[in-house]
Amino acid sequence: MADTFQLEVATPERLFVDEQVSWVELPGKEGYMGVLAGHAPLLSILGAGVLTYTSGGSDEVLALDGGFVEVLGDHVRVLADHAEFARDISIDAARRQLEEANNALNNAHEPHDSAAALRAINQAQARLDAAERSTGRPA
Amino acid sequence: MPSLIDIRRRIRSVKNMQQITKAMKMVSAAKLRRAQEHALASRPYANMMQRVLSNVAAAAAANPDIAELPLLAAREEKRIQLIVVSSDTGLAGAFNSNLFRMSQRFVDEHSGAELRVETIGRKSRDYFRKRNFNVTGDYIGIVDKPTYEKAAEIADKMIDLYGKAEVDAVYIAVNEFKTVMAPNLVLKRILPVEVPEASPGNKNEEDKLSGPGGDQVVDYIYEEPPQEILRALLPKYVEMEIYRAMLESISAYHAARMAAMDAATSNAGDVIQDLTLTMNRIRQDRITREIIEIVSGAAALS
Repeated sequence: MADTFQLEVATPERLFVDEQVSWVELPGKEGYMGVLAGHAPLLSILGAGVLTYTSGGSDEVLALDGGFVEVLGDHVRVLADHAEFARDISIDAARRQLEEANNALNNAHEPHDSAAALRAINQAQARLDAAERSTGRPA
Repeated sequence: MPSLIDIRRRIRSVKNMQQITKAMKMVSAAKLRRAQEHALASRPYANMMQRVLSNVAAAAAANPDIAELPLLAAREEKRIQLIVVSSDTGLAGAFNSNLFRMSQRFVDEHSGAELRVETIGRKSRDYFRKRNFNVTGDYIGIVDKPTYEKAAEIADKMIDLYGKAEVDAVYIAVNEFKTVMAPNLVLKRILPVEVPEASPGNKNEEDKLSGPGGDQVVDYIYEEPPQEILRALLPKYVEMEIYRAMLESISAYHAARMAAMDAATSNAGDVIQDLTLTMNRIRQDRITREIIEIVSGAAALS
């Protein structure tokens, strides 16, 4: 069996990634999962988090926010609500965004508001994690 | 008979118009290209979504709970929500009027039901307001540059209404881009969701897994129960349908506008030619008359 597979990451607005990779780590709703070639067919909901993949010996990092993943044959398809390459995220901006989200949570009184704030925190955290991870490791 | 100077003036003004229509045609051609790029970029997501949805639905179908998923449950259509995606601006030939004629036909066919209209684009808002329809919402200035957020906002509103049983079905009327020459008018139901059949184009890969002659349902490992995935997937599907409708509409609009402006440019050319002909004839008449005057004057002298 080949030790690489095709990773596709698409958002409604565009296709982010379409390449041969040897490993991918996905932010599942119930926790992170790693996928190697030859994985059994799998479907899962994704949460906000960091997607990392290894292609040709180097790692790429993306921030994701919700979506789905389908693992089928030699394809892994990620349907993300939002995606962003970590290299395009500024750490400072992400940190500010996280702070703002935290403030929003502290000021939220309605359950609806705090749920939205929690989502915003998760999103911001994912972007920050992604940005830090991509600078922490040389690409 | 109009004077020479009048005709010259008219020729000049038609030439100006022709320049404008030519420029508009060029602008629309450029915008069409961009709109098509957008539409193309959304296609991978849409294709994946469709296949995943049909697979999950097939897997979940074994479970009796699926009928209870609100977005799939069909009800008697007593209250219908119609979404009409037009353009904000005109100058595109019969682009909007064809759309409204089709919508009107739909309305006439469903005269027994209570109808509400959600209008995307200025033209459709004006049309349905003027005819005293129950316009529940209008969106102006979003079709020119469709964003997924806007589409999701509209979709979520529809899903909410449908979930609360305030409407029994949601239809969307839109011009889909088919060829530059003629758009494809489409009126389809988006709620309750009709789960797409796995398309034959995607069959090969799945056949490899399930063996030759195997059906298309893939035996996935479900990290979450299929029903739960379906519940999360269906709203996304509706959002995608509306987003795609908006993308198609804007492509079709620019194509129609391009064709209309092309026709206008060549019509202006015809008018200029006619006017030039008339102008030359008048000028010749005048010259002839002057010569006659001179000749007859000279003849009278001799």
